[in-house]
Amino acid sequence: MSIAESVLTETRQFISGNMAVAQAARDAQVKVAAAYPGTPSTEILEYIAEFPDIYSEWSINEKVSLEVTIGASMAGSRALCAMKHVGMNVASDAFMTQTLIGAVGGLVIVVADDVGLSSSQNEQDSRYWGRFAHLPVLEPSDAQEAYDYTRAAFSISEQYEVPVIVRLTTRICHVKGVVINSPAESHETSGFVKDPARLVMVPGNAKNRIPMMMARDIELKHFSEESYLNTLEQGEDKSVGFVTSGAAYYHVKEAFPNAPVLKLGFSHPAPIEKIRDFSQSVEKLVVIEEVEPLLETELRAANVEVYGKDIVPRIGELSPPVIQPVVNKLLDKTGQYDNIIPAQDIFPRPPTMCVACPHLGIYYCLSHIKNTIIAGDIGCYTLGAGHPWNALDTCISMGASLSVAQGIDKGRSEADKNKNVLAVIGDSTFLHMGMQGLLDITYNKGNVTILLLDNRAVGMTGGQNAPSSGINLQGEETTQVDFRKLCEALGVKPERIHEVNPYEMPTLFKALRSEVKIKEPSVIITNQPCVLTERYSKLPPLKVEDDKCTGCGNCLDVGCPAITVTRRETVVKPNGKEKELAFVQIDTAACTGCDLCTKPCAPDAIVPAYNSAQGNAQIIDAVEVK
Amino acid sequence: MKTDVTNIMVCGIGGQGVMTAADILATTALDLGYDVKKTEVAGMAQRGGVVTSHVRFGEKVFSPSIAPGEADLILAFEPAEALRWSTHMRQEGMIMVNSYAQLPPVVSIGLFDYPDDPFKQLEDKGLNAHQFDAGHAAIELGDRRLVNSIMLGAIADHLPFPAETLEHHLLARFSAKGEKIVDMNRKAFSLGRNAFS
Repeated sequence: MSIAESVLTETRQFISGNMAVAQAARDAQVKVAAAYPGTPSTEILEYIAEFPDIYSEWSINEKVSLEVTIGASMAGSRALCAMKHVGMNVASDAFMTQTLIGAVGGLVIVVADDVGLSSSQNEQDSRYWGRFAHLPVLEPSDAQEAYDYTRAAFSISEQYEVPVIVRLTTRICHVKGVVINSPAESHETSGFVKDPARLVMVPGNAKNRIPMMMARDIELKHFSEESYLNTLEQGEDKSVGFVTSGAAYYHVKEAFPNAPVLKLGFSHPAPIEKIRDFSQSVEKLVVIEEVEPLLETELRAANVEVYGKDIVPRIGELSPPVIQPVVNKLLDKTGQYDNIIPAQDIFPRPPTMCVACPHLGIYYCLSHIKNTIIAGDIGCYTLGAGHPWNALDTCISMGASLSVAQGIDKGRSEADKNKNVLAVIGDSTFLHMGMQGLLDITYNKGNVTILLLDNRAVGMTGGQNAPSSGINLQGEETTQVDFRKLCEALGVKPERIHEVNPYEMPTLFKALRSEVKIKEPSVIITNQPCVLTERYSKLPPLKVEDDKCTGCGNCLDVGCPAITVTRRETVVKPNGKEKELAFVQIDTAACTGCDLCTKPCAPDAIVPAYNSAQGNAQIIDAVEVK
Repeated sequence: MKTDVTNIMVCGIGGQGVMTAADILATTALDLGYDVKKTEVAGMAQRGGVVTSHVRFGEKVFSPSIAPGEADLILAFEPAEALRWSTHMRQEGMIMVNSYAQLPPVVSIGLFDYPDDPFKQLEDKGLNAHQFDAGHAAIELGDRRLVNSIMLGAIADHLPFPAETLEHHLLARFSAKGEKIVDMNRKAFSLGRNAFS
């Protein structure tokens, strides 16, 4: 059953915060929705794409997605833009000026913070953007509120002609709960109205909009003081009261069920006077906010006496066991979480590349080339920084590999004069923000060898489509970018562009070796699809012939998770040195026969798992079941 | 402060069906009229990482996460993961372990050691632990992805709701995939259930 159907048949649904946002967009009659995939926000647009009445797109990057929705709002329609926290950094150029224009049709920006960095390069508190851009911030605490607040955000956006930020965190996006929808509303599009004084932000016009923004701040502050979104829940035990928002609200309720709580759904601008009144009714007031001490700082500035990050951790996710002991200490009390034992410390399971991933051969080659400095980028291929390849030397932000490599090349010291500088970037990241770096390299006569890993998908977030796929968010065929032509257009000489099958390691190795020697920009494009996508076709699996395996362990350097060690031995070589041997097996049920591991296998011990055609058919069938 | 909330933690590694199993438990509880919350962190789970999913249900559920020491039941799809998360168990709780071990590359290549006999370590802690080789049983039934149906069967008679309701929700999940798949999952569920009923 599709999501659209399930809504028709059920009124009490069990859905995630991300799906709740999507349904709210539909019920609020959003006309345009746009995003670039990013954990934990990715699913919002995937769900919205199931609603045929909403135009939805995977945009090239977050700035583009915001600008598309700004345009839709200017056209008078309701629009929703979703992104992960770091996406806001990319979108911020448009964002910081859009606040002066304000919303025409309701404009809601959903930002999902990866608190605790389960899948991100940093931890950011997106509530800062509300302060920075003078925009209101709503913070749902669960899936039901993700639905309700997204609906409310459109009303507020139109009432105050202001873009509204809905701040989510992983514990809202990916937590499922019971959600009951409200009736859908109708929204008439006003149409595009020419209004250059408002829509054309040149200095003369923008200057005149700043007083509007300041006046709007005051109106929003009044709204916050009175809003039903900021609710006081009375409690019997007045020894401590809490001001909280977002996921932290439920942690507070769990840890202190009898305490009075002022819950901020509309958390910026904060209802300072309401909080001041509340502070008079409790002995101690504690602010529980994830991540930064934003509200706490504002309350202190307003002379409201509070506890905050002086007792509550500033880093990572909050939870009842984190909150209760620190507050109890303040009250000189004990509680059920005082002697908590964290998860047992055993081996880690760092993420691995997929079995038969086309990146495996690339990193095998990169880890066998000496004298390199390799700038990495954001995607599955960032895993190349880990074991067994240890092949990446830097990783910062989307698209940074090329420009950072350019800087390393230009800034190299005498000690690095013989080093080869490389950049590794995926197709979608290259299109997101990497192209500019390449143009910078060619324009400024740089010398970087670029590996453009084109697997025709946004792999890390689950294989979403991008312009490199030639398929759009709805699954329809569309223009597919031609990377060779694109790189040529960006100034790379045609003879310096090579397209290579990454499963053909000798060819890849040769191309890499020769290009790093040439003192001008070159691009090696690999061209095999992500194994998570339909484009990938499995081949019959392989196995290791035990009697032939010499324990050399070369195949382990490929890094395929289907290869595991069965036993280890230490032998003494004729020169007296000890050598570790590792005998291996291949998980035949997982192997998809990419053949990469056969290349470094000296004794040819890796062979097809099934010899007869019938055997192959059987195993393929077993893999395909379900 | 013990509330009437039931806490079930499902743990394992990416690709084992941890989140699906938790989803089936959650929808069963929802169908029976409980308030339910379910959470997981699965950012990189697809790639062999540790996966945990928390299912909490009762009259009213606040926090979606189960605190250490508060799980009434842990369903562990891998023995070392059972050991890792055993600290989340209530002393009087129950832990059901799939004894089929899966070693990550970092262990396979010798950077880390796999714990000695994780199940014995659970017993030594005095926990109410049970194990069953659902991994091999699933392979024998014809598809290793049947592990989660077998494991759900194994706990089916140890839940605060009828095993039949759980089975109904499990099979409903596969109904769109044809009678053959539903049958395989029914067999898998029964196999697990018969082992621990």
